[in-house]
Amino acid sequence: KRIVTLKTRNLTESKHGCGECQTSCGVANQKCEKAAK
Amino acid sequence: MIHAFKRCGCNIVLDVASGSVHVVDDAAYDMIVAYEQTDKETLRSRIARDHGISDEDFEECYGDIVKLKEEGKLFSEDAFKPDVKALAKRNPVIKALCLHVAHTCNLNCEYCFAAQGKYHGERALMSFEVGKRALDFLIENSGSRRNLEVDFFGGEPLMNFDVVKKLVKYARGIEDAHGKHFRFTLTTNGMLIDDEAIDFANREMDNVVLSLDGRKEVNDRFRTTMGGKGSFDVIVPKFQKLVKARGGKNYYMRGTFTHFNPDFTEDIKTMLDLGFDELSMEPVVCPPTDRYALTEEDKAVVCEQYDKLAEMMIERQKQGRPFTFYHYMLDLEGGPCIYKRISGCGSGTEYLAVTPTGELYPCHQFVGDPDFLMGDVWQGVTRTDIRDKFKRCNAYARPECEDCWARLYCSGGCAANAYKATGDILGIYKYGCDLFKRRIECAIAVQARTLLDE
Repeated sequence: KRIVTLKTRNLTESKHGCGECQTSCGVANQKCEKAAK
Repeated sequence: MIHAFKRCGCNIVLDVASGSVHVVDDAAYDMIVAYEQTDKETLRSRIARDHGISDEDFEECYGDIVKLKEEGKLFSEDAFKPDVKALAKRNPVIKALCLHVAHTCNLNCEYCFAAQGKYHGERALMSFEVGKRALDFLIENSGSRRNLEVDFFGGEPLMNFDVVKKLVKYARGIEDAHGKHFRFTLTTNGMLIDDEAIDFANREMDNVVLSLDGRKEVNDRFRTTMGGKGSFDVIVPKFQKLVKARGGKNYYMRGTFTHFNPDFTEDIKTMLDLGFDELSMEPVVCPPTDRYALTEEDKAVVCEQYDKLAEMMIERQKQGRPFTFYHYMLDLEGGPCIYKRISGCGSGTEYLAVTPTGELYPCHQFVGDPDFLMGDVWQGVTRTDIRDKFKRCNAYARPECEDCWARLYCSGGCAANAYKATGDILGIYKYGCDLFKRRIECAIAVQARTLLDE
């Protein structure tokens, strides 16, 4: 196996934006409680 | 679009639009990088020559690449741009306030963006009445949002501790009736921390941000009292007591590095030696003419330091002595959705700063600039033109970002930094971009190495 694909949140599927996540103040370090469930 | 890079001993391929992350060996790395520009047979002979892999191996790897592309995990198309218009049409709701309870400070840090806490204005403390109105304003304008955030900020917020306590009590008394939950944070320089403040912060604050620049000589170069005395010896024991009472969780030790300490991992080490392990070190943002401004020569040093920090994080994780560096805490599985990634921090739209007199600004970095005064907590946002301009700040707002792999991590970057660097919130702060991209590469590499090691 030369390619290992890590488990990530698929951004295209994530289109399916509640706004309840924390205000970052990038957004990279934020978490989504819904995705974590 | 993909971004291929090598960090921390890993070959990593990021598929920008899907967010997929692939860790690959040298042969697969070269194959993926050349895949879209090279026909299969040319690629076969090149990879055989450079990596000595068999025909069978090549076919298997090539097939994996084709399959990943078909699954939308490699070379996927970015089809999110139309969503920007839909986002802009949404009714703005406000969910976070930076509450400037004190425009005064007991330290005199030369590099402070807030001009020693006064924001280029007069010293001022927020009254309970103004703060109460700000909380009511937040509830009234938060729509269906349940989680509301308030950061007690300054200046030094503990110089107005009584009002902070009263405001938290007021908020706790009304949140259930409105179906809301307040999440409070406190940003402090530590000088006024005592047992009462520790007890209060650990009971009511979801997060505390503690300002310390690291090594004593580094911290005391800028973080001085009005009399010019360094603060290190005063604040460190107080921070240690607060963090211990907090169970070592839900805080960030937050430092600033400047031209005088681009070797900031040494400051990270000092923080670790002092017993702190939730850390954030930020590059100073200031006019390039300031004596402490980071220079082009510093940039290479800082980037090396980010690499060194990533290795340090991985090594300590293996040793069972992990620590957190804010910018490296990517959650690959539970990170933000695409809407959040497009729209960014929400300054000027869902996140506002409130001054001691109740004026509204797009965020704490704009406070005191009359061009960005948006209204007040009694009349609300009256300069809707400012809000509309901030609505346009997103990952697709700047042509320079169109071919940038990091746009769904930075969302187009910090509007305040862009404004300070270019005079336009839709400008590009190139220096910040370069550092940000290095941090994200390191962050992905840390996550990849950690997951692979597990």
